[in-house]
Amino acid sequence: MKFSLLLASTLAVLALVGCSKKSAEPAVRIGLNVELTGELPSVGASSKNAVELHVAQINAAGGLMLGGKRVPIELVIGDNGAKADQAAATTQRLISQENVLVMIGPNASSCAIPASEIAESLKTPMISPWSTNPKTTVDAQTGKHKAYVLRGCFTDLFQAGVLAKFTLKDLEAKRAAVLFDVASEAPNGQANLYKETFTKLGGVITAFETYTTGDRDFSAQLTKIRASNPDVIFLPVYYTDVPLITQQARQLGITARFVGSDAWSSPEIVKLGGAALEGAYFCNHYSTQIATPAAKKFMDDYQAKYGQAPDDIAALSYDSIGFMMKAIEAAGVTDRQAVRAALASIPSYEGVTGVMRFAEGSGDPVKSAVILQIKDGQFIWVANAAP
Amino acid sequence: MVGAFACLLLVSLVPLPFIVALLAVMVITAVLGALIERVAYRPLRQAPRVSAIITALGCGLVIQNTTLSLSPYARPMPRLFESRTFEFAGVTLNSLQLFIIGVSGVLMLGLDFVIRKTDWGIALRATASDRATVPLMGVPVNRVISLTFAVGGALAGAAGVLYSQAYPVVGAAMGALIGWKAFVAAVIGGIGSIRGAVLGGYILGVVEVTTVVVLPSTWRDLIAYSLLLVILIFKPNGLLGSAAQQKV
Repeated sequence: MKFSLLLASTLAVLALVGCSKKSAEPAVRIGLNVELTGELPSVGASSKNAVELHVAQINAAGGLMLGGKRVPIELVIGDNGAKADQAAATTQRLISQENVLVMIGPNASSCAIPASEIAESLKTPMISPWSTNPKTTVDAQTGKHKAYVLRGCFTDLFQAGVLAKFTLKDLEAKRAAVLFDVASEAPNGQANLYKETFTKLGGVITAFETYTTGDRDFSAQLTKIRASNPDVIFLPVYYTDVPLITQQARQLGITARFVGSDAWSSPEIVKLGGAALEGAYFCNHYSTQIATPAAKKFMDDYQAKYGQAPDDIAALSYDSIGFMMKAIEAAGVTDRQAVRAALASIPSYEGVTGVMRFAEGSGDPVKSAVILQIKDGQFIWVANAAP
Repeated sequence: MVGAFACLLLVSLVPLPFIVALLAVMVITAVLGALIERVAYRPLRQAPRVSAIITALGCGLVIQNTTLSLSPYARPMPRLFESRTFEFAGVTLNSLQLFIIGVSGVLMLGLDFVIRKTDWGIALRATASDRATVPLMGVPVNRVISLTFAVGGALAGAAGVLYSQAYPVVGAAMGALIGWKAFVAAVIGGIGSIRGAVLGGYILGVVEVTTVVVLPSTWRDLIAYSLLLVILIFKPNGLLGSAAQQKV
């Protein structure tokens, strides 16, 4: 027992020595930091499925083309439990111990923001497929873009504008109430930006109510909202909270329409929410109904492998790793600095969720959004919103 | 959480009427409660009190994370109870809420009666106040404590079933916040006093909701818990607690 431990540690030291001598790496190690357990398990599952699908496709073709040689990819998966502290610890472990070249994830903004601080300080490229909060890619203190952090999706600045315009113009609703989780980054940011834009465009926010993560009873807040008599209720909250809020609102006799953000985008929402969600609108990253040929192929592959249609988190994760892989191939070496330089040199990337273009020095892609409506338990495409 | 999941499993296997499901779940969680006592508490009977509290938290985390690793997904809970909404003098109520208030009222009165009047209740209170002397009087302390945990488990199971009917999304972490609130309510009311815990629970609930109605909802937890701190400063043993009483 003791001997084998000694042997193992000797081997480990030898392996480390081998690394420092820059001997040929057997595989490119990619870190995946996702929400497998905790409040958002379907986000983590979709993200992991899509990334594994992409990696399997590349490895089936022999691997990444690096310096004229095919090198396979090895995926190192870490669970962040949808918690900020665990996301930071997982990032630290993936980068420092597992020595990954780049990291995909986390998805929830509450996790992606602390993770991005660590990736930035350890100079490791990171891409968050689904985090829309501006603070993920921008340093809150200096207001500058983080050099190593990108995202695969639009930001809440854009999303709040899209939803505010949609509420005013398309739904012709002038009075909106907002209810959100004040303890979670993405909902908090979306609620405040929506309030700002909606008021600027001439709408009235009749009530601006909050709760904290883990709450299950919203009747006090909803009673207040009911008294303020809104036309719509904006719910920028995760799909796990939406069903309870909408059911309780209908029980209280509230008839206002519901509008949501991309935090709704899991098929789970319909399973949990049922009839109370019928007719609700939300903003999303892509729709399976307006798929390009590339998106169709992805949808078919995903369906074949996992027996379910990919949600937008899966699509964004697929694009995020695709973009990263392109950058690694462009860099030609497994060096974080070189990959970072290559990321900035790719002008645009055409993925499943449309074309991503990054402005100079920014980690935020310019992308369009879609508005979907929930009808008979399905997400039905309603409109496109270009940036 | 266990109560809610047990209920979900039961009703998805056999369509039981609500009351039968409730009683069946209470039996299951009672057995689980007694089992936890046997495995995790009895070996620590002579250890310092803090160890028992840590074990309690540990057991909770083990159960929660076991569920999480088996099934991290939240699930919808079927309605076992057709709920109708009433509008009464500006107050919106539904029959489910009334029913839950009723069932918990019956359970609370029942527990209060059992603890005060029955032999087992007297034995329980005696064990709590003097664990060294009571066995000398011929009271089977181990049986009394096991039964206490079984009753605790059964009540928690009932709470899980009722809660999952009111908020019909069942997940592994659903009980964490309520667990804390129950603990806070018990401390406010006075640890060891059942009537105090009930009072503490009602005070906590009323303060939370009133804060949301009167002030911005962001202030809810700040106001609610500050008020509770103030209560504890003036009544360190809780509202109905007495200084000498100690918990099993």
